[in-house]
Amino acid sequence: MDGLGALLSDYTVRTVMLGCALLGFTAGALGVFALLRRQSLLGDAISHAALPGVAIAFLLSGSRDPLVLVLGALASGWLGTLLVSAITRSTRLREDSALGIVLSVFFGIGLVVLVIVNRLPSAGKAGLSTFLFGNASTMLTRDVWTICLLGLACLICLALFWKEFKLISFDPQFAASTGLPERMLDTTLTTLIVLAIVIGLQAVGVVLMSALVVAPAAAARQFSDKLLNVVLLGGLFGAMSGIGGAMLSASMEKLPTGPVIVVIASVLTLLAILLAPHRGLLPDWFRHVASRRRIETQRILQALYRLVESDPDPFRPHDPNALQAVGLKAARSTLAVMVDLGWVEYSGERGWIRLTEAGWQEARRSIGGEAAT
Amino acid sequence: MNVELSILLTAASVAIGCSLVGTLLVLRRMSLISDAISHSVLLGIVLAFLATRDLNSPWLLVGAAAVGVLTVVLIQLLLGTRRLREDSAIGLVFPLLFSIGVILITRMAGDVHLDTDAVLLGELGFAWMDTASVLGMDLPRSFIVSSAVLLANLLFVTLCYKELKLSIFDAGLAASLGFSPLLLHYLLVSLVSVTAVASFDAVGSILMVALMIAPPSAAWLLSRSLAQMLGWSALLATVSAVGGYYLAVRIDSNIAGCIAAACGICFLVCWLLAPERGLVSRWMQQAEQRLLFPAQMLAVHIANHEGRPEEPVECNTENIAEHMHWQEQFAREVIGYAQRHRMLREQDSILRLTEEGRGIAEKLMLHG
Amino acid sequence: MDGVTPAIRVEDITVAYRENPVLWDVDLEVPPGVLMAIVGPNGAGKTTLLKSILGLVRPAAGRVFIKGEPLSRQRRLIGYVPQRSSVDWDFPTTALDVVMMGRYSELGWFRRPGKRERELAMQALERVGMTDFANRQISQLSGGQQQRVFLARALVQDSEIYFLDEPFAGVDVTTEKAIVGILKELRERGRTLLVVHHDLSTLAEYFDWVLLLNVRAIAAGPVATTATPEMLAMTYGGRSAYLMKQEGGDG
Repeated sequence: MDGLGALLSDYTVRTVMLGCALLGFTAGALGVFALLRRQSLLGDAISHAALPGVAIAFLLSGSRDPLVLVLGALASGWLGTLLVSAITRSTRLREDSALGIVLSVFFGIGLVVLVIVNRLPSAGKAGLSTFLFGNASTMLTRDVWTICLLGLACLICLALFWKEFKLISFDPQFAASTGLPERMLDTTLTTLIVLAIVIGLQAVGVVLMSALVVAPAAAARQFSDKLLNVVLLGGLFGAMSGIGGAMLSASMEKLPTGPVIVVIASVLTLLAILLAPHRGLLPDWFRHVASRRRIETQRILQALYRLVESDPDPFRPHDPNALQAVGLKAARSTLAVMVDLGWVEYSGERGWIRLTEAGWQEARRSIGGEAAT
Repeated sequence: MNVELSILLTAASVAIGCSLVGTLLVLRRMSLISDAISHSVLLGIVLAFLATRDLNSPWLLVGAAAVGVLTVVLIQLLLGTRRLREDSAIGLVFPLLFSIGVILITRMAGDVHLDTDAVLLGELGFAWMDTASVLGMDLPRSFIVSSAVLLANLLFVTLCYKELKLSIFDAGLAASLGFSPLLLHYLLVSLVSVTAVASFDAVGSILMVALMIAPPSAAWLLSRSLAQMLGWSALLATVSAVGGYYLAVRIDSNIAGCIAAACGICFLVCWLLAPERGLVSRWMQQAEQRLLFPAQMLAVHIANHEGRPEEPVECNTENIAEHMHWQEQFAREVIGYAQRHRMLREQDSILRLTEEGRGIAEKLMLHG
Repeated sequence: MDGVTPAIRVEDITVAYRENPVLWDVDLEVPPGVLMAIVGPNGAGKTTLLKSILGLVRPAAGRVFIKGEPLSRQRRLIGYVPQRSSVDWDFPTTALDVVMMGRYSELGWFRRPGKRERELAMQALERVGMTDFANRQISQLSGGQQQRVFLARALVQDSEIYFLDEPFAGVDVTTEKAIVGILKELRERGRTLLVVHHDLSTLAEYFDWVLLLNVRAIAAGPVATTATPEMLAMTYGGRSAYLMKQEGGDG
C-alpha cells in the first residue's frame, strides 16, 4: 500500500483524480437523462463522432489547448447528432442505422486526420492517439481545470433547469402544452449530454466514453425511484469508476485508463442489477421464495388444523405424509420453518408432527381471515 | 501477385462479405448489433490467442465467433431481467467485453503482433506480406479467409432468400409457416460474428461497422426489393473499398479509415441524389406539390361551403385569402393553379368547383 | 351564439402528414361551459385535432383562438391530459411529483415547487381519490390509478379549458365513473372541456355537446340533436348499418 500512499500524496496524481472524479460525476449524472430518454446509444455515436473534431481542431490551431480540442469535439459531436436526426427524419432508415453510419464514418474520418496529424513535427508531444482509448496520466493541470470548469457548468445548468428537464424527459407533450419552449430545452439537454461526453474523451477515449454514460446511470436506476436520487447516485457511481480507473491505471504499467474505468462501471452495474434492494434480481428472488414459503406454511397449517378440528385433543401428533392425502407435500424445510415459528413440533421418534398452542391459534386466525374475505 | 492487387482484392471481398450480412441487419433493425459484435469479437480473438499462442490458429475464428454470439445472448439475458431497455443493454455489454479484451492485450499479449492500434485501424496495407498457397497460387492469407467468409454469406443469402424475405417483411407469417425466426436470427448473428472476425485483421472493429451499415443503408434508398438491395449494397461496398484505397494512397493515410470515409461519401451521394427517395428529388416533388396541395385544400373548402348560406362569403375571390389564411399573392397563385388544372372556375367573384374539382374534393374527403 | 365569445374557435384547420391529409378544413366553435366529446372512427384525426388546437402539431393551414385570442397568449387558461400511453411509466418519480408538474409553468423559471405546490397537489390527489398513493412510484399504479394521477395534474393547473385525450382508455369502471363525476363537476363550475372519446354507448350519458369527426368535421352541436343515426352513419361510413341496428335495438 506504500505505492498507493505515494500516489495519493503526489500533486499531479491528485489533480488527475479530481479531474476523473468530476468527469465521471458529470457523465453519470447526465447519463441518467440519456437513459430515460432512450438515448444511450446516441452517446456512442456522439463520442465516436467527436474524434474528427479533436483532430481537425488540432490541425487548424496547431495547439493542444484543451479548450480548443473540446470545442472541436463539441462541434463535430453536435454535427453527428444533427445528422442522425436528419437521416431518420428524411429517409426510411431507422435510428439504429443512422447511428451506425454516423459513428463509423466519423470515426473513420477521424482516424484518417489523426494519421496525418501524427506526421506533423509539432504533434510529437500532443499524443492525440490517447484520445482513442484514453490515458488519464497524460492529463495536465490545464486539462483538469478545463474539465472542472465545463463539468461544473454542465451540473449548474442541470440544477438551474432541473424541473424543466425532468418534465420534458417524462412528458414532452404536456410540457409543450404548458407553453414551455420544449424544443429549446430538448436541444439544451442534448448539448449538455454531448458536453459531458467530450470532456471525458481524453481520460476515457472516444471508443469507450459512451459506456461511462450508460453504465453508472443504469446502476443508479436500480437503487431508487426518485429522479434526484438516481441522478446523484449516477454521478457518484461515475465518479467512483473514474477515480478507480485512474488509480489502477496509474499504479500499473501499460494499463489504458478507459477500459479500466469501463470495467469498473460495468461491474458496478451488474452488481446493482443483481443486488439492489428493491429492483435487484436476488432480493426479488428471495422475496418470491419467501412469499411462496409463507403460502405453503399457511396451507400446511390449515390442513393440520382440519385434521384435528373435530378431535378432542387438538394437539394429537400426525404423520406428515398424511398431508399427501389432501394433495399437500410437506417438505422438511417448510416444516423446519414452522417449527422455528413455534407453530408445530415434532413428537416421538417416527417424525410425526403436531400443532402447538400458538400454531392452533394461528391456524384458526388464518382460516377465519380467509372466510371473512 | 502484386501489392496493389492483393490489397484491392482483400478489401473488396471484405467489403462485399460485410455488406451482405449488413443488409439483413439494417432491414431487421439490428444495425447496432454489428457495432456490438465487431467490438466484442476482440475478446474472443485475445482469449483464443492466449490459449493457442498462435495468431493463425483456426481456433481464433471459432473462439471469436463464439464470443460474438455470446454478446447477443448476453444482451438478450439482460433484456430478460426487464431492468434495462435495449439501448442500455447493448451499450452495457459490448464496451465491457471490448474493455476486457483491450486490457488483456496490453497486459498479456503486448509483446506479440496484436496491439490496440491494429484493433482500431486494421492492417490492410500489410495484407500482401502474409501469404499462403492455394491451388498452386500464392494468395494473401486475409484474402483467402475473407473470400471463404464471403462465399458462406453468399450461400446463406441465396439458400435462405425466401425465408429471410418472409422473416423481414412478415415475421408472424414466417413463424406460422414453420420457419423458426429464432434459428434464422442466430444463424445471422453467427455469420455476422464470423464475418467480423475475418474482417478484423483487414479493417479493424469500428470501420467494419461502416462497411456493414453504410452501403446497405444507401442501397435501401435505391432499391425496391431485397435482391436489388443486396446487389446495390455489394456494388456500393466495392466502390467504397476501391475508392477508399486510392484515396488513402493519394493522401498517404490509413486505408481502413479512408474506406470508411468513402462509405460515408457513397451514402451521402445516395441520400442526396437517389431517384424518388433522395433529398433533391423530394425537394423537387415538394416544389411541385407546393401549389397542388393548397389547391386541393381550396377545393375541399369550397365543397364544404357549396350551396350553403355562407357560400357568398366563404368562397368569394376577394376574401378567400383571408378565409384560408394565405397571403394575397399566394392565394392568387393557388387560384390560378386550380383554374389552369380545371379544378374550379370563377363566377360573379364566387369560386365554384368544376365536375373534375368536385370529384377531387369528394375523393379527398372520403379517403382522408 | 352571438355576443358570446366561444371558448375555442377553430378556423379551417388542415393537417397533413407527408402527403396524406389527416384533417381537412375543420371548423369548430366550442361554446363556454360545455362538456364536449370528439368522436369518430380510428384514424379520423381526433387526437390530431386536439394536438393542433394545443399547438403541439403544426397545421398546414388554419387558425385557433382560445377565448378570442391566439393560443400563445392564452396558455395559462389551458389544462391538458395526454393519452396515458404517451409516457414511460417506469420513469423514476412519484404520483405526487407528477401532479406537481402541473404547477411548473405557473412557477416560472428557476423556482422550485415548495409547500404550497405540495398542498395543491395533495388536494388534487384527494379529489381523484389517490391520497394514499401520493408517494407511490408511478409504475406501481394500475392503469386507472395512472389516469387519475394525470387528471389530478390537470386539476392543479386550475384551468378554464381542459383537453383530455382518451381518458377512459384502459381504465376500470370505478375510475371511469369517478372521472366522469369530476368532469361534470368542472362543467358545473363553468369550465369548458373537450374530450376525445370512442365509446358511442356512453356518449349521451357523459357529454352534452359533441363533434363528429372523420377527417372533416361532419357535425357539431348538442349531443341529442347532433349524434343522430344519419349523422353517425356519415361519420362512421361503412359501419353505419351495424351502428344503426344497435341504436334501433336499444330504442
